[in-house]
Amino acid sequence: MPNRSRRGSARSPMALPRSYRWVRRIGLTLLALFTLVPLYVMLSSSLKPLQDVQGTFRWIPSTWTIRPYFDIWSTVPLAHYFINSLIVSCSATAISVAIAVFAAYALSRYRFPGRRVFSVTVLSTQMFPGILFLLPLFLIFVNIGNSTGIELYGSRLGLIITYLTFSLPFSIWMLVGYLDSIPKELDEAALVDGNGPVGALLRVVLPAAMPGVITVCVYSFMTAWGEVLFASVMTDNATRTLAVGLQEYSTQNDVYWNQVMAASLVVSIPVVLGFLLLQRYLVAGLISGAVK
Amino acid sequence: MAEAIDTRSSPGGDPRGGISNRPGKAGGGGPDADEQPGKRRRGKRRLRDISLPYFFLLPAILFELLVHVVPMLVGIAMSFKQLTEFYIRNWNAAPSAGLNNYRFAVNINGAIGRSLLHSLVITIMYTALVVGLSWFLGTAAAIFLQDSFRGRGLLRTLFLVPYALPAYAAVITWSFMLQRDDGLINHVIVDQLHLTANRPFWLIGDNSFTALVMVAVWRTWPFACLVITAGLQSIPQDLYEAAAIDGAGVWQRIRRITMPSLRPVNQVLVLVLFLWNFNDFSTPYVLFGASAPPQADLISIHIYQNSFVYWNFGSGSAMSVLLLLFLLIVTAAYLFITTRGRKADA
Repeated sequence: MPNRSRRGSARSPMALPRSYRWVRRIGLTLLALFTLVPLYVMLSSSLKPLQDVQGTFRWIPSTWTIRPYFDIWSTVPLAHYFINSLIVSCSATAISVAIAVFAAYALSRYRFPGRRVFSVTVLSTQMFPGILFLLPLFLIFVNIGNSTGIELYGSRLGLIITYLTFSLPFSIWMLVGYLDSIPKELDEAALVDGNGPVGALLRVVLPAAMPGVITVCVYSFMTAWGEVLFASVMTDNATRTLAVGLQEYSTQNDVYWNQVMAASLVVSIPVVLGFLLLQRYLVAGLISGAVK
Repeated sequence: MAEAIDTRSSPGGDPRGGISNRPGKAGGGGPDADEQPGKRRRGKRRLRDISLPYFFLLPAILFELLVHVVPMLVGIAMSFKQLTEFYIRNWNAAPSAGLNNYRFAVNINGAIGRSLLHSLVITIMYTALVVGLSWFLGTAAAIFLQDSFRGRGLLRTLFLVPYALPAYAAVITWSFMLQRDDGLINHVIVDQLHLTANRPFWLIGDNSFTALVMVAVWRTWPFACLVITAGLQSIPQDLYEAAAIDGAGVWQRIRRITMPSLRPVNQVLVLVLFLWNFNDFSTPYVLFGASAPPQADLISIHIYQNSFVYWNFGSGSAMSVLLLLFLLIVTAAYLFITTRGRKADA
C-alpha cells in the first residue's frame, strides 16, 4: 500500500497507549473469529465425507475428501444454473453500467428541468421493497409475452431487464459523485480538442472515472448474482439461476450438507474473487462517490 | 461518433450530425451557458444544450418506467381489487374490492391486521438491532484498522468476505451451523461448553429471532466497515496531529475528531442500512423458507406468504402499499431531522 509509509511517518508523534492497543487486539480478534467461523465451516465441511455432516458436528473431518466437489454437479444440474447465472449477471451488469454512465454524466454536468425529479425518483426506487414490484412485474411480463410474443416471464431476458434496474439507482448515484470530483476543465479541454459531448465523456471523462466505473460493475454483478426473490418467481426449469438452484440440495429428504457447502463455495468464488481483487478500486470509488 | 467541431472556436463551419453528438458546452447547459457571450448560433445551441441531457437519461428513464414506475402503479391498482388465484391470468376481470384490502390490513382486531402489525413490530425490532450492531461493529473495526500494524491488510480483506459472499451461500452456511442436531452452534454450547443440557432449536421458536439477527449482522457489518473506512480517509491528517500536539489522547481524538467528522457519512450509511434490512427478503427466505416462524416473521416474508402461499394478491398489494408509505414517511422524517441538524452546524 503506497500510503502506509506516509501514514506511518505522520503518525509517529502520536504513540498509541497500551490500553488502546489491547482493546484493539481483543476487538479485532473477536471480529475475525466471528467472520472466520462460518467461512471455516463452509470450507471444512465441503471436504468431509457424508457421515461427518450427519450427526454431531465435527471441527476436523475424520478423513479429508474432495468427493463433494465432484458430486455436486450430478446431484443438481449445477453447471446449467451456473451458466444461467453467468449469462444473466454479465448481461445485466454490462447494460446497467452503460446506462448509468450516461445518466450520471447528464446529472453531473448539466442543470436541466426535471433533474431533481429524476434523481429523487430513481434514488427512491432503491428504498422500495422488491415485493412491491414482484407481482405487477410478473403480470406485465406475461401480458407483454401474450401481445408481442417477446417472452419475458421465465426467460433470461426478463431477469436481465429486472436485475439491471436493481443496481441502476446506486450506480447512478455513485457515478454522479465520482464525476463531480472530476474537474470540468477536463471535459472543456476535450471539447476544444474537437470532441462532442459523447466523445468527451467516452474518451476523457470515462477513463478518469475508471475506479468508479469498476466499483459500479462489481456492485451490479454482485447484485444480480445474489438476488433471490425475483429468481425464485421469474425463472423456470430451463432458466433457473444459482440463487434458486442451490436450495435444491436442501429440499431433498436427505440433506447432503457437505455438497451444499461445496456448491456454496464454488458459486461464491467468482464474486468473492472479483470483489477482493478490485477492493482497492472499490474503496477509492466509495471515497469519492458515496462519501462526499 | 461524436466528432463534432466545437462551436466556440469555429462558430460558422459546423457539420451537423446526429442529435447526440451536438456540441454543447459540457460545463453546464443552464446557468453556465448563460455566462457565455451570445453569438449567432446561440438559440440553436441552447436548444441542443437543453435536449442533450435528456438523451443521456433516456435509457435509464425507460428501464425505470418499465421495472419500477409502471409496476408500482399497477400494484396500487391491484390493491383495490379482489385478486385471488382465479383471476391471476386475467386480472382485469377481478372484482373491485374498494378499500376492503386496506380495511382488513389496518384493522388490528381482525386476524389479518393483527398479524401484519405483529410482523411490523418484529421487523422494526429486527432492523433496529441489525443496524445498531452493524454500525457499531463496522465503526469499531474501521477505527481499529485506521493505524497501520502488521496484518492490517489481511484483516481488511477478511472483513470484506461476508459482504462479498452471495446472500444465499452465506445464509445456507449459517442454516447448517444452526441445525439442532448436526450444527456447529449447538455442538459448541451443548457438547463443548455444557451451557445447557437440551439442544435448543434455532430455526423455529423463540431463538429464531436471535438467529436471524445474528446472520443479518454477520452479512451487514462489513459494509458499514467499508463505508466508514472510506469516510475516515477523507479526514485531514493535520487535525489529528494538531490534537496530538495539544495533548489529546487516542480516545479523545476518536471522540472529538473522528466521530464528528463521520457525521455526514453516518447519515447516509444508517439510512442505507435501515432500508436494506427492513426490506431484506433473502436472509429470512433462505434461512426459514417461504413461511417463517412467527417470532421471526419479517414484513417482506409476511407479504410474500400472503401473496404466494395464501394466493391473495389484492391483500398482498395493499400491504405493500402501506409498507411503502411507512418507509416514505420514516425516510423523509429521518432526512429532515438529520439534514436540519447538519445545516445548523455549518
